[in-house]
Amino acid sequence: MDNQTVLQMNHIMKIYGNGVVANEDVSLELRKGEIHAMLGENGAGKSTLMKVLFGLEAPDQGEIILKGQPTTIKSPQDAISKGIGMVHQHFMLVPSLTVAENIILGVAPKKGLFIDMDKAIKAAEDIAKEYNFDIDVRQKVEEIPVGIKQKVEILKALYRGAEILILDEPTAVLTPQETDELFIQLMKLREKGHTIIFISHKLDEIKKICDRATIMRNGRSMGTYEVKDISTQEMSRLMVGREVSLKFDKKEQHLTDDVFMRVRNLTVHNAQGVLKVDDLSFDLKGGEILGIAGVEGNGQSELIDTLTGLNKKYKGEIKIKGQDITNASIEDIREMKLAHIPEDRMTSGCAGTLSIMENMFSNQYKDKRFSGKFLLKRKAMEQRSDELIKEYMVKCKSRKQNVGMLSGGNIQKVIVAREFSTGPDIIIANQPTRGIDVGAAAFIRKRLLEFRDAGCAVILISADLTEIFSLSDRLAVMYKGKFAGFFTDVENVTEDELGQHMLGIKHDDVLEGVLYE
Amino acid sequence: MNSAKKFDMVRTVFSVLIALAISFVIIFMVSDQPLEAIKYLLIGPFTNKRSMGNVVESMIPLIFTGTGVCIMFSANQINLAGEGAFHIGGLIASCVAIKLTATFVSPFMALLCAGLVGALFTAIPAIMKITTTASEMVSSLMINYLALYFGNYMLNNVIGDPKASAASYKLADAAELPVLIPGTRVHLGFIIAIAVAVLGYFFLYRTKTGYELRLAGENEEFAKYSGISIVKVIMISQLLGGFVAGLGGGVEMLSPIYNRFTWTSLLGYGWDAIIICTLSKKNPLYTPFAALFLAYLRTGASIMARRTDVTLEIVQITQGIIILLVVAEQFLSKYKHKIIAKEAKAALKDEEA
Repeated sequence: MDNQTVLQMNHIMKIYGNGVVANEDVSLELRKGEIHAMLGENGAGKSTLMKVLFGLEAPDQGEIILKGQPTTIKSPQDAISKGIGMVHQHFMLVPSLTVAENIILGVAPKKGLFIDMDKAIKAAEDIAKEYNFDIDVRQKVEEIPVGIKQKVEILKALYRGAEILILDEPTAVLTPQETDELFIQLMKLREKGHTIIFISHKLDEIKKICDRATIMRNGRSMGTYEVKDISTQEMSRLMVGREVSLKFDKKEQHLTDDVFMRVRNLTVHNAQGVLKVDDLSFDLKGGEILGIAGVEGNGQSELIDTLTGLNKKYKGEIKIKGQDITNASIEDIREMKLAHIPEDRMTSGCAGTLSIMENMFSNQYKDKRFSGKFLLKRKAMEQRSDELIKEYMVKCKSRKQNVGMLSGGNIQKVIVAREFSTGPDIIIANQPTRGIDVGAAAFIRKRLLEFRDAGCAVILISADLTEIFSLSDRLAVMYKGKFAGFFTDVENVTEDELGQHMLGIKHDDVLEGVLYE
Repeated sequence: MNSAKKFDMVRTVFSVLIALAISFVIIFMVSDQPLEAIKYLLIGPFTNKRSMGNVVESMIPLIFTGTGVCIMFSANQINLAGEGAFHIGGLIASCVAIKLTATFVSPFMALLCAGLVGALFTAIPAIMKITTTASEMVSSLMINYLALYFGNYMLNNVIGDPKASAASYKLADAAELPVLIPGTRVHLGFIIAIAVAVLGYFFLYRTKTGYELRLAGENEEFAKYSGISIVKVIMISQLLGGFVAGLGGGVEMLSPIYNRFTWTSLLGYGWDAIIICTLSKKNPLYTPFAALFLAYLRTGASIMARRTDVTLEIVQITQGIIILLVVAEQFLSKYKHKIIAKEAKAALKDEEA
């Protein structure tokens, strides 16, 4: 490997419109033919730095030196023309077009005014072959699995001449098996002299394929290290600032006799008529955390929307504490003491333009403590929101600050504070710690366990397998709208086994008697 | 005050100043006596009691429709039927005031009916939205003509005074709202308007329903997820907004300015309301100030038009520019980013210290 520097980012500072300092004096140096890890917790600023590099964000300070020349990158188009490609976490592909069409999109070979399809297919096949990607380029993107879509994204970048390839958490949507395959491809790219930036917070993956790692914490660079010279413990210490154990002291379980939530033969189609939840049945008792794992898009969102009353179009039966919810409004369901931490905190979890206080009462402003027949009790609300801010350690100037001005972790704390403060019996937590700092995440996880110990029933959906493993009492895997696997001895499940269920390779058929009586 | 609010204020002030500056440039281009014109525009309303009265009296309808629009827009319902509600409110008030002649009863009933009919009127686009998902913006825009032509029909066929041209029978004297300041036409409606603005604020910011309305207005998904009924929010906001706008029409009709119903075209207070709402950032409490600004500018303009060779339209241009600049999110965004970056950097230093 030669040690030629291809790119330097020096003293980058980036402040977002809401006042969050995402990067504070960060420097990065990339060499030709290396896989360079950007390591850091969610919210540490690695994505921001990459957005600056890819021309999506303009830095407030700092310089970028590409192959010895100071340069500014004004837009993604500009970045691509300079040989920088990026594969986003959420793929930017046109589902109704073929793989070949997606690859050549925007830089298509033309025949007169029209796209020369034969040439396009040939070009796509050539590039796939050159990099040893085994893909049928005639397939439509909507028909191919996630792992292949990611390959298409990589090919798209390579076709545009990317020498530096940014991969934003590429393994987040992949099963362990697909991840292995991706790694083989990445190593081949490295051999060909490409530079790959691998954004991740998974230490074992970085150990496996990266040459060097730049570790970020709190918007600052903690330094660049040779991966082979640094232990995972050391990396995690640099990343988090202290040793965190993901093992929680889980107390002995005390299940209630009552079934808090009973679901039978639940079937849900989405707005497009696609079957998303397929004949699902389970029981949920107080005092347990039911973890639901699965690759995103296998019906988890639809399941949660239906259980919480957001979606009313379903077949089957849902009973909360014995009461059927067919005709219950969301308000009725919330009155049954159900709390819901939504998947997307900005879309449905809060109103960014309203104050912290106004966001804290959306589910309990009708409570006698906070309002009379018509009027809100401002004093009580002010006092309560100050209490909650303190109890949940929300970092803010005051309760009057707009929620949108807070960092992701603090917004999530506001939401969690609101949902938990009603004293719920059932908590549905959908990705409760996604994209937030490690301290806030640990806090929320601890709270969930406390509620479990207090006899609350919890459904936890998470893409973070470590979280699922460390919290769940029972663990189900969702695959294509069904529970494809179910474990009661969560401690003895391996990631590999879970992965096989997530992929649909392994399938437990008989779940009756395990999931419900 | 947080930096976002501070910035909003700075931007509003800047917009006003820039708009005025542009108007001055235009005045200089079109006028032979530009300095005089500018003088009348800026300090004309201060020159005598009557002109100052004009300012206050023209604030009244603006506060009503402005508050109505604030309530509707707070729920993120871009219902533009405030214009029609105002018109039809005036119409109904005059109908009632023609028939009823008893003291107190006449104005009270006239205003009540004006408000109720205004509420029903703005409810039409709301109901259409709920039942058929028709965009309230389009339907409310079109429905204003319904109010106008219904008014014309009534004027020609029902309440028109055959002895007068394009005017109704005389309204009962008992219905007229009393003048507050002798020598001007500032009437009781001003007190009602201020009360409505304060109540509007109180409703939006202090009541349960107002809270629901604002939550839904800022993020409908969030409101739904919280268990708030969107249908209820749409209906209540539109009914109340329409009531206030209709009431405003009634108050205007019963003011000393009119003694017969003579509106054969839409007066435009519904459109002005959008300016008021934008300037006051959807908070009814600020509508009197926004109304004062607009009324002052217009009174100044009419004095300028009377005394010099500059026409009234100049003020329309000023208004247009103000709105464009206030609503342009990106206007001064670099300056905004600077404020925020500066604050963030200062906060960083604080943490280190």
